[in-house]
Amino acid sequence: MTECFVTRGFVGRRSSGGPEDVASRIPPGQYITRDFPVLSAGPTPRTPLEQWTFTIQGLVKQPVSWSWQEFQALPAREWTVDISCVTKWTKLDMHWRGVSVDTLLEGVEIDDRAAFMIAWSDGGYTTNLPLPDVLNGQAFVAYEYDGAPLAPEHGGPARLVVPARYFWKSAKWIRGIRLQAEDEPGFWESLGYHNRGDQWREERYSGD
Amino acid sequence: MARPLDWQLATVAGVHDETDAVRSFSLTLPAWTGHRPGQHVDLRLTSEDGYSVERSYSIASEPERAPEVDITVERIPDGEVSPFLHDVVVPGDRLEVRGPIGGYFVWEASQPGPLLLVGGGSGVVPLMAMIRHRARAGAMNPTRLLLSSRGPGEIIYREELDRLSATQDGFQVAHTLTREQPPGWSGYARRIDEAMLSEVLDPLGREARVYICGPTALVESAANALVRIGLAPSQIRTERFGPTGT
Repeated sequence: MTECFVTRGFVGRRSSGGPEDVASRIPPGQYITRDFPVLSAGPTPRTPLEQWTFTIQGLVKQPVSWSWQEFQALPAREWTVDISCVTKWTKLDMHWRGVSVDTLLEGVEIDDRAAFMIAWSDGGYTTNLPLPDVLNGQAFVAYEYDGAPLAPEHGGPARLVVPARYFWKSAKWIRGIRLQAEDEPGFWESLGYHNRGDQWREERYSGD
Repeated sequence: MARPLDWQLATVAGVHDETDAVRSFSLTLPAWTGHRPGQHVDLRLTSEDGYSVERSYSIASEPERAPEVDITVERIPDGEVSPFLHDVVVPGDRLEVRGPIGGYFVWEASQPGPLLLVGGGSGVVPLMAMIRHRARAGAMNPTRLLLSSRGPGEIIYREELDRLSATQDGFQVAHTLTREQPPGWSGYARRIDEAMLSEVLDPLGREARVYICGPTALVESAANALVRIGLAPSQIRTERFGPTGT
């Protein structure tokens, strides 16, 4: 009904305009930010590294669990990706270091029925992703940001990063993933946010 | 598939200055389904040539005011949206809005027990929706607002908070002014810290539900301090107002 409504007197700064190549990287309804905003639903958990583990469980032949040291020894790489948060900010060229979900899943034998991945975190946070959306280099577990250990308020010691989805899918303080046959809405997905969260389709809220 | 949150054409029913840099807008919504205190709306502005921006704003008013909702907007000098709202929008204008959005940072009077609200600057806005709703619903649960502002002229909703604080219904506000205090100031005069939170929490007890909203540094330090004091992380809900809010 209101697709062509024009707001009286609004011109806009076109901060998200600029060179064509930059504009084409900004999903609909987003604006560019230079700092790194923090959004969390509760206090920042602090698990000592000596108690930290990362577990893959669910529909796998044999669950696996890595200590922090073992996790650091997994093949890692640098990632430069654009991130969009559902609260409207987009940050370009964020530099991370971490382990791809592909590499993590090489550590287990996946049951054929596995179709969804549930990421779970310290503090009880969860988020759900279809398995095909996190394979082939589409997702990684990061433990460095901009050349330094990932800060606790940004999800350190380690967080999931799924650049092709709104940032709530990039679970902070991740401690493991569970493979399932059935989908299971996570924390924000159960509170009115979109189940898939593709920023290019502007899937912010349930029903979008 | 859930019912989509459609964009609605809200009419600006009123504009009200809270401080020099903070202004509230009352919006009348044609198809409002009601909200819970703490939720927000999305606003979309579109120019003649189709350029469009969106921002989220917390709802400041209580649900009982439906189908009218207030948003309170701080003017960010180099922002794209807040200067437009402050300098251009007048009563009678129409704005595209959808909501309500968010289902975690919410409190309703049906939730019993002591309540601690901690706000920094315009982070008080969603807390104000809870406070107004609490008063309107006649709730008597012990409630404290600890509000951090820079100076006396920057306290948002000051008169209303002080008035509600004087009604003896269990609500009290404690102010801290971090940069500038007027002569004879009897409130706190420093950033929110563990000792301050302990004092404000004391009459409520350790079982209080806590809602914290403000800039990241304030939210981080207040939430961490409350965990150190002994509250369970699950009692504490947070919402951030980053410096990017334009």
